[in-house]
Parts: sequence; C-alpha cells; structure tokens
Amino acid sequence: MRDLTGLNIGEEGRVAWVTARGGMRRRLMDLGLTPGARVRCLLAAPGGGMRAYGVRGTVVALRAKDAETVLLEEGRHG
Amino acid sequence: MDERRVIALAGNPNVGKSTVFNALTGLHQHTGNWPGKTVASARGTCRHNGRQYTLVDVPGAYSLWAQSAEEEVALEAVCFGGAEAVIVVCDGTCLERNLNLVYQVMEITPRVVVAVNMLDEARKKGVRVDLKALEKQLGVPVAGVCARAGKGVGEILEKVEQVLQKTPVPRRAVYLEAVEKAAQSLAADIAPWLDCLTDARFAALRLLENDPCFLRELEKRKPLSEECRAQIEKAREALALPDLSDHLVAAVYRAAEDCCRAAVTRPEDTGNRQWKIDRVLTGRVTGAAAMLGLLCLVFFLTLKGANAPSRWLGAGFAWLGEKLEGGLNALGAPPFLRSLLLDGVYGTLSQVISVMLPPMAIFFPLFTLLEDLGYLPRIAFRLDGIFEKCRACGKQALTMCMGFGCNAVGVMGCRIIDSPRERLIAVLTNAFVPCNGRFPTLIAMMTIFFAGGGLGGTALSAGMLTGLILLSVGVTLGMSYLLSVTVLRGVPSSYTLELPPYRAPQAGKVIVRSVLDRTLFVLGRAAAVAAPAGLVIFLLSHIPAGEGTLLTALVRLLSPLGRLMGLDGAILAGFLLGFPANEIVLPMILMIYTAGGTLADVSNLSAVGEILRANGWTAVTALNLMLFSLFHFPCSTTCITIYRETGSAKWTAMAALLPTLVGMLLCMVVHGIALIL
Repeated sequence: MRDLTGLNIGEEGRVAWVTARGGMRRRLMDLGLTPGARVRCLLAAPGGGMRAYGVRGTVVALRAKDAETVLLEEGRHG
Repeated sequence: MDERRVIALAGNPNVGKSTVFNALTGLHQHTGNWPGKTVASARGTCRHNGRQYTLVDVPGAYSLWAQSAEEEVALEAVCFGGAEAVIVVCDGTCLERNLNLVYQVMEITPRVVVAVNMLDEARKKGVRVDLKALEKQLGVPVAGVCARAGKGVGEILEKVEQVLQKTPVPRRAVYLEAVEKAAQSLAADIAPWLDCLTDARFAALRLLENDPCFLRELEKRKPLSEECRAQIEKAREALALPDLSDHLVAAVYRAAEDCCRAAVTRPEDTGNRQWKIDRVLTGRVTGAAAMLGLLCLVFFLTLKGANAPSRWLGAGFAWLGEKLEGGLNALGAPPFLRSLLLDGVYGTLSQVISVMLPPMAIFFPLFTLLEDLGYLPRIAFRLDGIFEKCRACGKQALTMCMGFGCNAVGVMGCRIIDSPRERLIAVLTNAFVPCNGRFPTLIAMMTIFFAGGGLGGTALSAGMLTGLILLSVGVTLGMSYLLSVTVLRGVPSSYTLELPPYRAPQAGKVIVRSVLDRTLFVLGRAAAVAAPAGLVIFLLSHIPAGEGTLLTALVRLLSPLGRLMGLDGAILAGFLLGFPANEIVLPMILMIYTAGGTLADVSNLSAVGEILRANGWTAVTALNLMLFSLFHFPCSTTCITIYRETGSAKWTAMAALLPTLVGMLLCMVVHGIALIL
C-alpha cells in the first residue's frame, strides 16, 4: 500500500488509514488526515528532509518517518 | 454592577487570535506569522455596552486532545477555566480544518461564538464564506472579522452578549449511536462526582477515549473516585470500541466537511503561485542562497544603519553628562560621589544604551518583518533535515534565529518545541549563536583589525559576520548532536510543522510593535543591570588592593589563563565583568587598559585600535576575542531565563559551561596554530 512519501510533488492522493500510534496518530488526524481526506504533496526540502502536504486548505510539513504512517487509498487521483 | 465575566479566546495556531485579542483589549500582545507564538494565556479586559469582560487569550491549539504544553494550557482554560463563553477564532482561508476545534469546543459549552478571521485574504484567494449558512450549520453565532484591519471586532462582542443572554443550541458532530448511548449513560453515572467541573457528556467521552491529558487535568482538580474508575472501566468494556478516538475525529471532520460544503465555495487549487515561490525559497541551492542572502542583508542594514544614530546618542549623552556634572557641582556633591554617579553609573548606562539601542531598533523590526511575512517556518522546514540528523527538532532553527536578537528571548521561545529532550537541547545551545549585544564587539574587531571602514569595509564586515554566524550555527548543530548522544540521549521525535501562507507585513505596525515590545523590553532589562554593574566596576577600580586596585588584582589573577588562550587577563576580566550585558565587554576591556574608572567610548574606532595595539594586540588576539565572544557563558539575563525555563541549576550551569569550554578550547587551538606558524 502506498503512503504519503510515495506522492510526487504536485500529485494527490486520498488518506486510507493512519498507522502511527499514540499522540502522533491523534495529531495527524486532528490536522485533517482522516480517512477520505485529499492530500497533495506540495514541497520537498532538499536532502530527504521534510515534505509539505496540502490538506483541507492548510499546509503541513512532515518528516519522512511520520509521512510513512499515513497510508493512501489505491488508485491515483489528480 | 456584576463582576467581570470571563470569556476565553481559542483558536488554531496562527489564525490571528492574538490580533483579535489585541483589537478587543487594546493590549499589545506580540503577534507573528508562525504557529505557536502565544505560549501562555494572556489576560485583558474589554468593555461592551457598559459591561466589563475579562478576555483570556488561550494558546493556539489544533485540538483539545492535547499533544503539547500549549494545547494542555488551552484544554485547561477552555474546559476548567470557568469561562462563561468561548470565542473560537477561525482562519477563513482554511475553515474546514479550523472547524475541528470548533466542534470540540461545542461539546464543552454551547455558549460558543465563531469568529471567522482573514476574510479579506480568503476573498483574494477566491474563497467565499457564507456566514449565514455557517451559522445555520453550526447552530452558534458567527462573526466575520478582518482583525488586521480592525473590522468586525465589535460584532464579536455583540454575539458574545447574545450567547450569554440566550444559550444557543449547537449542532454537534453525530457519533455512532452506541457511542452516544455509552457517553450519555457514563455521563449520568459520573455527573454527581463531577459536580459541574465541566460538561459531563464531554468528560464521559474523554474518559471513554482514555485521553491521558484530560485525565491529568481532571485529577489535578479532583482525584478520580474508585466508584468512578469502576464505572468508566465498565462503560469502556460495554462499548468495546478500541478505535473510539479515530471514530470521533472522523465524525467531527465529516461534520466539518458537510458544513463547508454548505457554507464555503473555493476554487480548485488555490495558491499555486505561492508554491512556485516556495520551491525557489526552499530549494537546495536557491533556498540556501536566499537564507544566507537575507541573513547578510539583515546584518548589513543593522550595522550600516546603526552607526550614525549610535554616534548621535553618544554625543547626546555626553552633553547631558556635562549638564549633570554642573548640577551636581552646584549641589556641592563630594568629588567621590560625583565621580561614582557620573563616571560609574551614568557612564555605563549611557554607553550601553547608545551602543545597544540603534542596532536593536533596526534588527528587531527587520526580524519582525520576516516573522510577519511567514518566512521563518520555511527556515525550519528547509533546515529540519540537518536538525533531524543531529537528533534535534527543526523548530530549533526558529529559536536559534530569535537568539540572534536576544538569547533570553530565544531561550523563552524554546517552549514551541514539544519534546522535552529536544527543548532542552535547544535551550542549552541557544547561546551558541551571537545575540545583538555581541555584534558591536565582533564588528569593532573586524573593522579595526580586518576589514577597515567605508562602505566596502562594511560589506566585508557583514560578509565576515555571516561567516562567523555560519560557524556558530555549525557549532550549535554539532553540540546538539553531541548532547543527543551523551547526556540527552534519544532519537528525534515526531512533530508536525504548519507552513502558513505568505502575508504582506503591516510595515507601520511592525515597526511600532517591535520597537515597543522587544527593543524597549530588552533595553530596559539591559539598562537595569548596566547601572548597578557600572557601580560595581567603579568600586572595583577604586578600592585599593595590594599595589593596585581590586580590578588590577583580578586582571593579574586571570592573566595566565588569558595568555594560554591567546588573550590576556584584561580581556577575561572584561568578559567576567560583562556578565550583566555582553555589550559592555569591549568598553570594559578598554577601561582596564586606560586605567580609567569609567567605560571607554567605543564609537571612535581608530582611537580604540591604537589603544588595543599599544597593549600588544594582533590580528590573532582579535580573532580569539571574536571566538570567545561567540562562545562563552550567556549573559545574566539569559542565565536567569534558562533557570526559569528548566527549573534546574544543573542545566543552567551546563548551559553556561558548555559554550565557555568550547570557546576556551577554540582559542587555545587558534593560539597554538599561530605560535607554530
């Protein structure tokens, strides 16, 4: 299954599930990354650093190890 | 007259909550365009239709399911703070995400007013918010606001009055029937025990979810009774829904989506231009160039702009000093007292102000401008990769930038870092970057020994300064890593960073605010320590000890260590006596050389250069002084701040010791190399 890190810049996907546990799980969902939400990858910091994702009209930057925990629905969008 | 009614002001981070608060209360809470500016609840009062209200500015929170210190404060304020109504400020450009908090607050109290801010910005982006439809969807009053322009603020209070008179019926998010039933029945069970501490259904939901933060806040007020514990346990088992928390957020967001579908129209793909700009500003080469260029520009403007005003202030203080002397003479003050007051206290004070005020009055507005623009989170975004490799948090880049202005401010800013380990790293390493107080010393050294004066010289100085700053950033990163693998062992934690849209700064307000809030604040603090420090220095240099004075004895004592570091005893004494404020280090050194009892005037650099060279200074001495200025114990204000923030004498000592050891080591290495060459 693809996760957020699999999105190229400009590409969009739909959240299927969040696998992070504990506080980070709740934080990601509170930021709007709930199942069904559309997410677009907008920016990538150089050197494998953070990536910025557009979700529900806001932009949230995540580290790769956290972005990995947001799984996407199969099939491509946008 | 009834007593003041308490109204809480909540909202997501960076939605202009502080701006609304300021507009309502007339207070000048510092605002900036990055999440996490408000780290503690501020209080203010306002008046509407002859009624007094106490307004509590709650720290920004994405959710009341608290994940950070600020959010815990927010939960406490909204849930247990005794507020009679809650204003939730929302960003009109991204209402859907903001509604998450609105729905959460509506579970605690029905007396909610939603203030949709930044409507002007939303309109520019083609986002239209139908306030009437929103009101209908939410069931609570909605006010449209452009807080920056001061529009619609009165309407908020109008609506607050409305909900206080007649409690509205909010349309809450709809949960599964089983969840709703379980919550209702648990609420009924615990209601007698809860005794109106907070809404029973809300508490029941949180207890079913097993939210550790809510439980902590609740038990602070009233430890859970055995009976309650059993009831909660039973209700949890009966519900048997392990993913309850997921269900609740998802339900809230479904409600928010429905709400926005009815009340908000937005064009597909807003703000594409911004991301093109951002790709440049955070790119590998372009991003680094932009960062360095901006840094260089800020320092150039600060240095170039500060020269003339510094001289004017110096001249002004000299003139005033003569008048004061005349006055004291006329009063018949004894010569010692006159000298003590004028040369000791007044001299130090005027020196600190004339050296400090102009650069700060330029640096802080420039910094605030970048802050308002929204550039700072981009720096954190761009640099996070490096900080992650050093097992620290990218937000440390922000506190580091604040440290350039004032280390005490930077240390305080570390509260935005959620992980305690990473916060401590940021606190301990903040003084590794030079604050404004150290720039004059660095620049004087560069001008006298390396770059020379004139416009070209200033440009060269700014370039060299940037080099020194890169060195300090490098050492900060190295130190962070070192701490992460030794005393503060741990792996980088998870965190999220919101990138706000760029916003045009409000130039006028920026200048007024940064001068009032930061410049005068820092200056006041520095002046408060400079006056007594002047007194101490004066006494030290006048109380005889052995053949000389206490001061010469101190210099003699420090001399061997100073020579080992390629410096001398006078320089080290200058740093020690400059503990109250870094800006007085160089004047202090000059004072020791010239054996005067007062701080020397450092505005005439060629004269300063002559004195220094006459005392055996070379380029190596100047280089070592710059290094030690970069890396030595933080000033007294910063030390006090570190103690307050960490609550530990051990960590404060560590924060003072670490940079000092690094500085001593570097100086010795440079001195050694210079001896060999």
